[in-house]
Parts: sequence; C-alpha cells; structure tokens
Amino acid sequence: MNEALTSQNNLASPVWGILAEFSEASELLDGVTRLRERGYTSLEAYTPFPVEGLSERLQFPRSPMPWIVLAGGVIGGCSVYALEYWINLDVYPLNIGGRPLHSWPAFIPATFEGTVLFASLFAILGFILVCGLPRLHHPIFEIEAFKRASTNRFFLVIKSEDPCFEELSLRDSLRELGACGMWEVPHV
Amino acid sequence: MTTNAPNTQLVPADATHESVTAQVADIVFKRPVEKGWIVGFLVGLFLLNVLLTALGWLFFYGVGVWGINIPVGWGFAIVNFVWWIGIGHAGTLISAILLLLHQEWRTSINRFAEAMTLFAVACAGIFPLVHLGRPQFFYWLFPYPATTNMWPQFRSPLMWDVFAVSTYATVSLLFWYLGLIPDLATMRDRAKSRLVARTYGLFALGWRNSARHWMHYKTTYVMLAALATPLVVSVHTTVSWDFSVGIVSAWHSTVFPPYFVGGAIFCGFAMVLVLAIPLRRIYGLKDLITDKHLDNMAKVMLAAGMTVSYGYLMDASMAWYKNEPYDSYIYTNRFGGPYSAIYWGLIVCNCIVPQLLWFPCFRRQTLCLFGIALVINVGMWLERFVIISLSLHRDYLPSDWAMYYPTVWDWLLYLGTFGIFLTFMLLFLRVLPAISMMEVRELVHESQEQKREAANSR
Repeated sequence: MNEALTSQNNLASPVWGILAEFSEASELLDGVTRLRERGYTSLEAYTPFPVEGLSERLQFPRSPMPWIVLAGGVIGGCSVYALEYWINLDVYPLNIGGRPLHSWPAFIPATFEGTVLFASLFAILGFILVCGLPRLHHPIFEIEAFKRASTNRFFLVIKSEDPCFEELSLRDSLRELGACGMWEVPHV
Repeated sequence: MTTNAPNTQLVPADATHESVTAQVADIVFKRPVEKGWIVGFLVGLFLLNVLLTALGWLFFYGVGVWGINIPVGWGFAIVNFVWWIGIGHAGTLISAILLLLHQEWRTSINRFAEAMTLFAVACAGIFPLVHLGRPQFFYWLFPYPATTNMWPQFRSPLMWDVFAVSTYATVSLLFWYLGLIPDLATMRDRAKSRLVARTYGLFALGWRNSARHWMHYKTTYVMLAALATPLVVSVHTTVSWDFSVGIVSAWHSTVFPPYFVGGAIFCGFAMVLVLAIPLRRIYGLKDLITDKHLDNMAKVMLAAGMTVSYGYLMDASMAWYKNEPYDSYIYTNRFGGPYSAIYWGLIVCNCIVPQLLWFPCFRRQTLCLFGIALVINVGMWLERFVIISLSLHRDYLPSDWAMYYPTVWDWLLYLGTFGIFLTFMLLFLRVLPAISMMEVRELVHESQEQKREAANSR
C-alpha cells in the first residue's frame, strides 16, 4: 500500500496524515521533541488529559483566550454602566429620596455582574471559536483506535502538509520512538 | 503535608486511566438501572407534581394562598429563595475557588457539586418570580425598550439581585458545560450504540482531545474559575443587601454580607455531603469520593459554621451595644418572643451540633456526618426564617405587629422544589458523568509520576 505514497507532492498526498499511538505520556513528549528537532512543523498530539509541557514542545502560539476574556469584561462592564447612566439620567430619571441622579456607587453591582457575564460569554464562545469547534466531522475520527485518545492512549499526528512529510522514513522514525501503532489517516 | 502528598489518598493505588474512566462512565452505561435510582426518581416525580399543584393553585388564586400579611410580606418565598441560592454556592466554591487554590481533593466532587448549583439556583429562581404576585410581568425587571417607556431603577438592591442571580445562573451553566466538553467526548467514544454516540458527540461539539484544544481549554477553565470566584461572593452579598440596605431595624447591618456568604458555604457544603454520601454508597464510588474528601468537606463546614456563629454573636452584641430600643428589642424578641423556639433551634443546629466536627471520629462516621449535614441544612433554613420573617413580624409600630403562620401552600411549594432538585439531580446522574473523568485521569497520571519519581530516587 505504500507504493502509492512515494509521491513527494504534498498537495496531492492521498493521506491527511500519519497517526502514531503511544502508551505513555512521556513517550509522546519525547517523540514530539525529537520530531520537532528533525524539522517537522505540522504536528498535533491527542491526549486523554492535558499533558504538562506538551503545547510548549509543539511550539504552539500562546492562547489568545486571556485577551478575548478581557475584551468581554471591558465591553460588558462599560455597556452596563453606560446603560444605567443613560436610563437613570436621560430616559427615565427618578428622584429617589433626593439622591443625585448619577449615584454611581449604586450602579456598581450591576456593572460588576455585567463584566462577569460578558467576560464568561466571551470566554466560552471564544474558546469554541479558537478551537475551531463545533466540527463534528474530522479525518482523525475515521481511525477506530483513536477512540482510546479519550481514555488512556496518547496519539501523535504528522500531517501530510508538512514539508518534511515522507511516509516511509517517518514510519521508521516513529517505530524507533516507541510508537505501538500506526495508521494512515485518509482525507475526508 | 496535605498539599505535598494528597494523591495517594485521593485515588486508589492501582487506579489506571482506563479503570477510573470505566468506573465513572459505567454509572451511565450500566444496565439495569439501580433500584435506588428508580425509587428516588419516582419520589422526585411525585414532588414535582406537588410543585405543579402548588404553583397552579397559586397562579389561579394569587399570593393570598400563602400566610404572608402586613407586616410580614416576606415569608417562605424569600426564606426558600435565600436558602436554595446559598446551597448553590458550595458548588461554585468547590469548582472555582478550590481550583485556584490548587486543592486537588476537589476533583471528584466538583462535577456533581456544580450540577447541584444549577438545580439549586433553578429552585431558588422560582420563588422571587412567583412572589411578584403578577409573575407574567417578570420581564419588566430587565432593562429593555418597552412601549410603556418605563425602565428599571438601578438604585434598588432588588434590581441588583436580578442581575446577580441571572448572571450567576448563566455563568454556572457555562462553567459546568465547559468542564463537561472533554467528558462528553469520552462518553461519545465509549458509547456502544450509534445513536447514543452521536448524541454525546453533538454536545461534545467534536472535541478531539488535541493538544491545541487542551491548551485553550485549560486557559479558559482557569479564567472562568477566576471570574466565578468573585461572582459567587457577590451573589450572596447582593442577596444580603436586599435586607441590609432596607431600614428594617434587624436588617440594617453591615455584618450581613460576610455572614451571608459564610452561611451559604456552610449550608452548601452540608448539601454536597447529603448528596455525596448516598451517591458513593449506591454507586460504589468509595475509592473516588474517599473518606479524605468527606473529611475535608467536614472541616470546611466547621470553619464556615464558626464564621456564621461569629456573625450571630456580633449581631447580638451590636444590638446590645447600640443601646437603641428598636435594635435591642429584636433580640429580646428572638430570645423570648413567640418564635424563640426557632431561634434557639437555629443556635443548636448551626452553632452547637457542628462542634462535633472537631472530633475525627464524627467526621469519619459517614452516617454521623450525614446526620450532622442534614441538621445544618435545617439550621440554615431556620436562620433565614429568623432573619427574614421574624425581623418583620414586630417592626417599629406595635400597632402593626402580627404573627406569620405559613399555610399548607407555603409548605407544598417548598416541598415541591425538592422535586425539581431530586428529579434533575437523578437525571443528571443517569445521562452525564457525575465525576470529571478527565480530571481524575490527570490525578492518576500525577500520582503515577510521583510514584515513578519516588522509585527513581530510591
């Protein structure tokens, strides 16, 4: 079956990537480090729980989530305060016991709740967005053994879009790194 | 010591990623369903019908079916609202504050404690709505452009409460769902039938356990915890402002916010124990929800109970120290008035009985702990009754004084909310993983690493 894969033209590659299975998190971490050293860039790992140091070794850019949450908080806090100001000073001024119309300390609780609400909504929606979810169909789901990624197996994918992608040598190096299973992941 | 080597006690020594995952997932996948679950569900459905009856009659007849009067306009509805929402706070405390404090023992209790929060807030939310008298106009509370040109009044604590409780319900749901996503993917991958797998898969949004997803997940989860922490404190503070901003003599006190929050934690942890003890017995989860977990929760409960007791003491001593007749009469009335039995009942339940938790033997006897937790739940309900209804029944004008007697509809509505709580809690146990599998796997991994390091250094 490997004859079909000798093509060096990555765009025409019939596979989406090579999936390798490891039984230990430490083996996966070592494997990622070694493959990065050899110049592979299109790597992705799949683990049943967040493994310490994995995203650093894969050299992912930092998560933009803190900025998204900050933006949500600022937008939420400012808009709720502005809403209160507009309502109580402009459209519906009420004289409550002669208190000033702009009684700002009384506006703080709702402002705080608005900050938290918008920051949380931005957090969840931003998280779903930056993860590229919802995506119910993905090439990796074609591999039956991949189901173990949510229980006790650690997987590594080298995508065929990687400029260093060359299946035969890759299979050798993955075996050398201790992979206990390997699959070709087809395009879907 | 407890922070350095807690793992050995929190997961069994021979646990593997597979064994802990299977143990939790099997609660859902196992057939047939336990008899205890079916009995509980039938009871829940019965209580749910009690709730529907109580609500139906209330909507038909109006709030006159309750025992409220003038001056006691705030009766069971508000007492139950504060009680339920306080229970919810323990879930957020366990999932958010203990996460930020790196308390690993939160791991196997956070999921169902968060579910408890959601259902308790749902129960709580019913009461202020039906207490409105015209519940069909509840949406007038929200600032929206109306043809009446009327807008809410943001200087009122009741308005703050609307924002606080609705935000709390939303954020608790989001936080809970975020934590569920990886576990829903696990359920998807373990499901035997295609339909079940697709249903879980739909809610898992196509989660792939990829390193990139985990990176975003962890950042988002910690940030949501950091947002939920001040939120949970703000919610019960706002609830206490409903009272302390008012001019009712017994309410107008700055001690309210801290001791309301303390009371919420106290009562909430008691409720977590009331749920956790039968849960681990029925489903045989003693190696995931260990004695160590129960012990820690009992200690938190003891600390919160002491905070609450301190609050009672300060409240009483301030009333005496102010030397102001209306304020000191509150305590004359509490100690010896017509409701004094309720006041002393709360002192026994909230201040005296929890002192047993100083002794390890009471913390380790689960049946005993269960009993103490129940007593605390009752005590905290009595506390809210004393603070709310008792403070109103003898106000500034003796000509206004009246007694408050709850009617059967007050009781049935209160009882009925247990129907929501029980039914939804049991449905949750049936369809969702009650323990965070992904976090327990992480804990197993850490304990294996520690063992390996210990073996290497030897």
